[in-house]
Amino acid sequence: MSAYRDEDPRIQGIKTKIRVVPNFPKPGIEARGFIFGPPIALAIGAKFVPLRKPRKLPGEVISEEYILEYGRDCLEMHVGAVEPGERALVVDDLIATGGTLCAAMNLLERVGAEVVECACLIELPGLQGRGRLNGKPLYVLVEYQ
Amino acid sequence: MFAAENGLKGDPRLQAISQAIRVVPHFPKPGIMFQDITTLLLDHKAFKDTVDIFVDRYRDMGISVVAGVEARGFMFGPSIALAIGAKFVPLRKPRKLPGEVIAEAYVLEYGTDCLEMHVGAVQPGERALVIDDLVATGGTLSAAIRLLGAEVIECACVIGLPEVKGQCRLNGKPLYILVEPREIDNCC
Repeated sequence: MSAYRDEDPRIQGIKTKIRVVPNFPKPGIEARGFIFGPPIALAIGAKFVPLRKPRKLPGEVISEEYILEYGRDCLEMHVGAVEPGERALVVDDLIATGGTLCAAMNLLERVGAEVVECACLIELPGLQGRGRLNGKPLYVLVEYQ
Repeated sequence: MFAAENGLKGDPRLQAISQAIRVVPHFPKPGIMFQDITTLLLDHKAFKDTVDIFVDRYRDMGISVVAGVEARGFMFGPSIALAIGAKFVPLRKPRKLPGEVIAEAYVLEYGTDCLEMHVGAVQPGERALVIDDLVATGGTLSAAIRLLGAEVIECACVIGLPEVKGQCRLNGKPLYILVEPREIDNCC
């Protein structure tokens, strides 16, 4: 579902502030999710768990590999950060093909958490990432065709 | 300057924040006792207290920019920015920011690295706060100060390593730190 369709007046304000930069590759998006996730966690009384590229998290981690357009990448989470039965929200700035979000969901489900929803600022619907989320709901604020 | 010496002496929140930080020995390489703030982020009260202490200090300083150093500075900076009505500007490793950037190199133990900021993110005359999770040698923060220029009012970090103890300023800018590093203890 997209909040965009609900014509919330805040959405137009948000959309006009997003800049499109043509032909820029999208390297690791781990960091942009850190910009939105913590304020949400603080406001709703939840803990914040960073999902990171390999070798960034110290201590014991679990890893989930995922496919890129060319090659593979990997997302890691701390062992013990999330307990079985916890209800989780996955946050990122943007969903494109959905590969990263899918890896994130897999990490959480492997430790017994329940992924309630994925939330992104931006969706690129042409890349059909929404269909890679195993039926989990996706909440986005704006779409770019 | 440490928060405990600067108005927050005996504040129980500081002890809870310190205890929420985990030490991981020999990461990323042997001999380094890594101060891991991810356990602080799992403790909602301690995380909130961390942000609140910074917000209380900075909300009346007329700060319009909070600049966070990638990536752990992103975990604290945006919440502070939102609470004090400032914009958030990410300072990033090379080639992460799209569009036009300015860059500052800084020295590592072996070699150099580089910090980038978007051109136009900060206007002349704006008052800026730089935030990161930890300050050690101050190399990264110094690069951040050079990127932002005269507009930096203060640098803020959750943890300050012994190298900066006794230093109140970095590159001429005040440095504000919440806690000292944790030692490895036997109980946890």
